[in-house]
Amino acid sequence: MTAPLLSLQKAVVRRGHKQILKGLSLDLYPGELVGLLGPNGSGKTTAARSLLGLVPLSSGSALIGGDPVASLSATARARRVAYLPQSRPVAWPIAVHEAIALGRFAYGGQTGRLSVLDQAAVDEAVEACDLKGLLNRDITTLSGGEAARVHVARALAAKAPALIADEPTAALDPLHQWTIMQVLARQAAQGSSILTVVHDVTLAVQFCTRVVVIKDGECLASGPPAEVLTPDLLAKAYGIDARWTCDADGSALVVHGPAARGV
Amino acid sequence: MSAGPTDHSRSLIPALAIASLLAVFLACSLGETPMALGKVLASLFGGGDATSQTIVWSIRLPRALAAWIVGASLGLSGAAMQGLLRNPLAEPGVLGVSVTASLGAVIAIYYGFSASFAPALQIGAVVGALSATALIAFAAQRVRDMVGLILIGVGLSSLAGALLSLLMNLAPNPFTLNDMVSWLMGSVANRSLSDIALSGPIIALGALVLLMTRRGLSALTLGEEAAHGLGLDLTRTRVLVAVGCGLATGGSVALAGAIGFVGIVTPHLVRPLVGSDPGRALVPSALAGGVLLVLADVGARLVPSDNELKLGVVAALVGAPIFLWIAARRSAQGKAQ
Repeated sequence: MTAPLLSLQKAVVRRGHKQILKGLSLDLYPGELVGLLGPNGSGKTTAARSLLGLVPLSSGSALIGGDPVASLSATARARRVAYLPQSRPVAWPIAVHEAIALGRFAYGGQTGRLSVLDQAAVDEAVEACDLKGLLNRDITTLSGGEAARVHVARALAAKAPALIADEPTAALDPLHQWTIMQVLARQAAQGSSILTVVHDVTLAVQFCTRVVVIKDGECLASGPPAEVLTPDLLAKAYGIDARWTCDADGSALVVHGPAARGV
Repeated sequence: MSAGPTDHSRSLIPALAIASLLAVFLACSLGETPMALGKVLASLFGGGDATSQTIVWSIRLPRALAAWIVGASLGLSGAAMQGLLRNPLAEPGVLGVSVTASLGAVIAIYYGFSASFAPALQIGAVVGALSATALIAFAAQRVRDMVGLILIGVGLSSLAGALLSLLMNLAPNPFTLNDMVSWLMGSVANRSLSDIALSGPIIALGALVLLMTRRGLSALTLGEEAAHGLGLDLTRTRVLVAVGCGLATGGSVALAGAIGFVGIVTPHLVRPLVGSDPGRALVPSALAGGVLLVLADVGARLVPSDNELKLGVVAALVGAPIFLWIAARRSAQGKAQ
């Protein structure tokens, strides 16, 4: 396999006396859509943020394209990895096309001053997220599903080889969840490497090429979703008693309740 | 793809620049001694009689220029501060620089420096502004987020405000107290071109630094985390805005005393014309702030009154209703966010 685009190596993150990440290692290769799973507070967001240099590591390393993230300038980092954070506040009622154009920030592009290359990247992102009809809308008036698509488009417009998306489908209805995951899967199929934090296990099985399950800052399992996400592992990771139901079209997870103690 | 509000901003900047020139010209022609427009124009370009020359060059032009510079500096600082803090209520004084500059000037009055050496007042304000700016810039590198920076600014404001009150409380005589109060009300009366030469470069430097943050402020629209992801160096942006606002606002306080409301109102006035992108509001806010304060000063001069009407008072009297109108319109439009 080629070199990983993003890599966490034995990452340790401490907050006060608590270890949030306990030597977590994680590699992301081109063409992968990796789902980062785990219960609330397991360190998923911290792992994602440490890869971007937003959380300092106590030990271990965070590498982007082989270089330590701290050694890269903000622009150089942004050109290698785009980021869609979990909380997506919008301070001012800007137009949708302005928000997407901000995706070209690392290349000097902005509304009114987009180069041909910038414009092509923006148009491609608009197309991928099906936003043509919304370009002149005020972003603060969009529905949750529409806004989520705009934020994904903004991240895609950077045309970085890697993307870290923290819960891009949170608070969306099933159709919009599906749409967003479909967009990410298509990007990965075209060669991008995407790390996405997901809570919906069924969605992860449907779209991700690989899943990494973490708990208490440690990796529980990593591999193809159908192999990794067994009822045993789900009991261990989430403390749930869950079973897969399968038919010809795919499988869905049914949660029966909390797992029996001592699992 | 639609160009959106960019079209407006392209014609707005030249329009505001022309309005600035017209406002300064108007300020030169209005006053106690009526002067025909032709005479003003002649005096400005070195013609006309000696009296007109003196009135224009020594009294009216420096006063109008000072008002424009202060208004522009406050408008620009307000727009930058609102962009950095992503808060429509932010104003140039929010980090405590204005009050600290005022404290510097009041110290100069208290100890009688300004009585024996007139520029001491301005120098005191500049020293106050620069010390506060250095402190805020230092803090900007260490805080985790903008809230941390605001808290330090509020603390600094309160401390400088308390010391300022203390000095007024201990003022040796009513005349000194009167000087302090009068200066704190804000005015550009009797400013000379050499006063402008002292504060002008500091303000200009601050303005340049603020203009460098233009794109970063746009990126911050999507929040600090997303802006980091876009490739913005958050610490650098924070430091630049803190230093730029400190120099521009501090220089303004040194030149004209404390003048409120221009900084907070102007960005709201230009937003309907240039759109909400905070980076794009910077230059129009500066120009509009300049025009606004020159006109406010003309008003202050023309309203007949026994005492001199202070520019700071007039600016607040004009600014506060505009602010209320903006607030009312904002809530009438429903939630803006």
